[in-house]
Amino acid sequence: MPVRIQTADFDIASEVAALRAADARVGAVASFIGTVRDVNDDAAIRKLTLEHYPGMTEKALEAIVAEAKARFPIYDALVVHRVGELKPQDQIVLVVVTSAHRADAFDACRFLMDYLKTRAPFWKKEATPQGERWVEARASDDEAAARW
Amino acid sequence: MFSYNTNAGECPAFCFLKMRDSSSTETNVRVVYLARLREAFASAGETLDVAADTSVGALLDRLRGRGGAFAVELAPGRAYRVAVNHVLSGPETIVRAGDEVAVFPPVTGG
Repeated sequence: MPVRIQTADFDIASEVAALRAADARVGAVASFIGTVRDVNDDAAIRKLTLEHYPGMTEKALEAIVAEAKARFPIYDALVVHRVGELKPQDQIVLVVVTSAHRADAFDACRFLMDYLKTRAPFWKKEATPQGERWVEARASDDEAAARW
Repeated sequence: MFSYNTNAGECPAFCFLKMRDSSSTETNVRVVYLARLREAFASAGETLDVAADTSVGALLDRLRGRGGAFAVELAPGRAYRVAVNHVLSGPETIVRAGDEVAVFPPVTGG
């Protein structure tokens, strides 16, 4: 299963081990973890609530993984994204890519995150000392995805 | 709302609409609002009767016609997305009976 959405935390070591366990062709593993910061747009962040659109979010992530496999000579990819209430320093998202050589693993990992940020239906709501607010989409994320 | 199942004898305009749509009648679609738009509309979703072969654009026009938060959030130039049956869709997409139409803000995951 290349895509998971869950409230529970994840462990990168066991995820990487599982992804490459049965594939001796793998010579490179690239990974990315996104975590909750304690500050955003000059406000202290006490809590982050992640919402998704059940049904569509899974399909969108699977489509992004399929696109990565079509574009890059990689062996496998995994995306784990958490939803629900998170605190600063909590893990939010994990991407792992396996390939024969490092360049493809790095590129595909970055591609997956850039596409996830702009195409997968997740939304963040921040709790700050001034109250709750929905995070606004950033133009820089669109620009990052457009590079591919 | 906007149902054609009212008293047909009252309104010549209604009769015209009824005749025009007689081959395909009306269509039930589920509309879902997510994240900030769910809060702005104070609704997670609703079931709407729409004429057969209604486009996403026409459905949005109808929602805007309610005024209030719908008119503000769905105004031209505002950033929002529409998905029909979990696929991102444009205003020309036709919605069919049983479709799920989701309206949501630009995504901010990762």
